[in-house]
Amino acid sequence: MQVRGVRKSYGAVDVLRGIDLDVETGEVCCIVGPSGSGKSTLLRCINHLEKLDAGQIHVDGTLIGYRRAGRRLHELSERDAARQRSAIGMVFQQFNLFPHLTVLNNVVEAPVRVKRERPAEVQDRALLLLDRVGLRSKAHAYPAQLSGGQQQRVAIARALAMRPRLMLFDEPTSALDPELVGDVLETMRALADDGMTMIVVTHEIGFAREVGDVLVFMDDGVIVERGAPADVLAGPTEERTRVFLSKVL
Amino acid sequence: MTDLDADLVVVPRRSVGNLAGTLVVLVLAAMLVHTIVVNPRFEWDVVARYLTVEAIAAGALLTIELTVISMVLGVVLGVVLAVMRLSRNRMLAAISFGFVWFFRGTPLLIQLIFWFNLSALYPALSLGIPFGPEFVTFSANTFITPFVAAVLGLTLNEAAYMAEIVRGGLLGVDRGQTSAAQALGMSRTLTLRRVVLPQAMRIIVPPTANQTVAMLKNTSLVSVLGAAELLHSAQIIYSRTYQTIPLLIVAALWYLAMTTVLSIGQYYIERYYRRGDIGGGRIRLRRSKPAHVQIMGVPS
Ligand SMILES: Nc1ncnc2c1ncn2[C@@H]1O[C@H](COP(=O)(O)OP(=O)(O)O)[C@@H](O)[C@H]1O
Ligand SMILES: [Mg+2]
Repeated sequence: MQVRGVRKSYGAVDVLRGIDLDVETGEVCCIVGPSGSGKSTLLRCINHLEKLDAGQIHVDGTLIGYRRAGRRLHELSERDAARQRSAIGMVFQQFNLFPHLTVLNNVVEAPVRVKRERPAEVQDRALLLLDRVGLRSKAHAYPAQLSGGQQQRVAIARALAMRPRLMLFDEPTSALDPELVGDVLETMRALADDGMTMIVVTHEIGFAREVGDVLVFMDDGVIVERGAPADVLAGPTEERTRVFLSKVL
Repeated sequence: MTDLDADLVVVPRRSVGNLAGTLVVLVLAAMLVHTIVVNPRFEWDVVARYLTVEAIAAGALLTIELTVISMVLGVVLGVVLAVMRLSRNRMLAAISFGFVWFFRGTPLLIQLIFWFNLSALYPALSLGIPFGPEFVTFSANTFITPFVAAVLGLTLNEAAYMAEIVRGGLLGVDRGQTSAAQALGMSRTLTLRRVVLPQAMRIIVPPTANQTVAMLKNTSLVSVLGAAELLHSAQIIYSRTYQTIPLLIVAALWYLAMTTVLSIGQYYIERYYRRGDIGGGRIRLRRSKPAHVQIMGVPS
């Protein structure tokens, strides 16, 4: 995945002020940074939930959200943008499971409705995925009957059911009670071990150190520092990184 | 010294005031029922005689027809108007706004009479190319029967109210739900149909039930157009027999029976749309058990 010169503002607020970022296939890129630095916005740009003001984003060699004609970028139709999104999984801080559907139907919904796959096949695959996140026994429960950690693991299974080539995680453990964080991180670690390309916004420095291939520090809409997690954590070269890390470590 | 003995008996608080209040209400209710039953001017025998006569039953049937048709069309149009209002297309939003402004802002009675008298404004209605040739032309007078005028008036008025109710419901669904659906590759229409509307229903159903009850009774306004719905059927009879009060009681009893059925339906529909809630959507008046107890109790 390549991000080049991405800018984004809401009215007068410049949220992303020129972002360049490369993530290789199979890599895990962790993004840290203070609240309001634009981390969520960057993730939302990567699957075109937000329009760009400038720059471009490629996933697997495909330009995301736009069609290039000479020097111009034309925004894709809603339909084509949706098709691109279906290949990029996203996990939210607030889980955002569909509360009116059972756990199993949460997972089955998109492959059946969006990709028009056969319900019976999708259901088998969904049960395997739920097994993988340790929640097969909850297949027929409703989200409200699960703990936060269980809901987040279902959300991961739901995203995986679309067979994404890239997974985006936006602070997946920030809304969880401390004792529930471990199970979710374990699920994500297993996913990384399977070779999934992942971009993870997180405050879990331990996870970034052990699972991440790259650590990126963002502040005020720019990438301040990047490198191997061990190096950045042990000896940040930028003052802003040092101040931030001293607060979270 | 404080006595820390553990096996003391707990006695619930007893309210004397509550008991006295209940007694007073019961006595008043008994008095009310007594005067209504004993007062001969209510003419209960007449009420009993007319309660199920054919003219009244036919009137009730027309009332139900008007309610069902206008409500279904009104809800569908209301959903369309709500989606238009929330669309990014300014033109659609403005049309929806204008529609609600007009049809909510003028009395239903005027709207009904207006539609009934449409032929005075436009004697002929036709289908064709705008400002071009016309394919079919028909007389407004024969097309606009009292029934058509009633359905038009009730539907358009209802749609204006439903648009606001549905819009409130759609806005009440968490934005994260839309993000999650779109991130899965769902289109806008699919997101609306499968994710947002089903959740908005929890907010939409109770006021819609209210609207249906109101609609059932508003159909009585149609009596001014001479359509023989329930109230008009009663009026036709008492204009002949002068038994005004008993026949109005007959009509009221029918309205009451129909709204009771609606309330029962509302209970089940609400329960259906709350099925994802903790406790399986049963509406509990008593304080429910702590959430974690129920989580453990869910069969898996
Ligand atoms: N939809 C929006 N409209 C206006 N401002 C927004 C919107 N989304 C985010 N912002 C602003 O953009 C900035 C960055 O937000 P965000 O990307 O959520 O930061 P982070 O995830 O790093 O905490 C914040 O100042 C926030 O207020
Ligand atoms: Mg954020």
